Amino acid sequence: MGDIFRALADPTRRQILDELTIRDGLTLFEICGRLMMLHGVVSSRQAISQHLAVLEEAGLVHTRRVGRTKIHELNTAPLREIIDRWPITP
Amino acid sequence: MPIRINITSIFVDDQAKALAFYTEKLGFVPKNDVPLGPHRWLTVVGPGEPDGTELLLEPDEHPAAKAYQRALVEDGIPATSFAVDDVAAFVRELEAKGVTVTQPATEMGPVVVATIDDTCGNLIQLTSPA
Repeated sequence: MGDIFRALADPTRRQILDELTIRDGLTLFEICGRLMMLHGVVSSRQAISQHLAVLEEAGLVHTRRVGRTKIHELNTAPLREIIDRWPITP
Repeated sequence: MPIRINITSIFVDDQAKALAFYTEKLGFVPKNDVPLGPHRWLTVVGPGEPDGTELLLEPDEHPAAKAYQRALVEDGIPATSFAVDDVAAFVRELEAKGVTVTQPATEMGPVVVATIDDTCGNLIQLTSPA
């Protein structure tokens, strides 16, 4: 499992997670479209694909197939590591 | 006379199936249907646009065509895009006709987009003004 801290350290990767929070289950094309049209992100499709690979390695994004299309889903479970390590005091 | 776009094409895995989908589901109108070896020179036009740009339903028999289609579909990339007046309403009609919608109507800045599966190996994007 990759490092969630490194995965979260990049603003574009955080934006990808934001978009998956708004609508889960996006294709690479949809993620690229949303970043470009809604946030003015100018990264190439290849760069976004690499960002997704880092997020997937950290367990924050899962992929599965719907028909022949690969979709990306948010998985926030690894974030628990943060509050387990540094508990939020009430 | 300036140059103009008279035709554009899309690869399909079966021309008869494609003609049925593009006319019965999407509402295009047959234009040319000429036997051409084992295949057909098969085009459709938009309803009310008999002299508009033709869409050629082109056999995907070249191995590279199939690989190209598969790679686009895997990443959710539409093979082409068509305009409608109201994407949300159009997609509702398509769903009622049993068409698979892979991306529901979504506002993207100045446009509303949706993506459907044309059953012939492609994703198709539909757009209307937001």
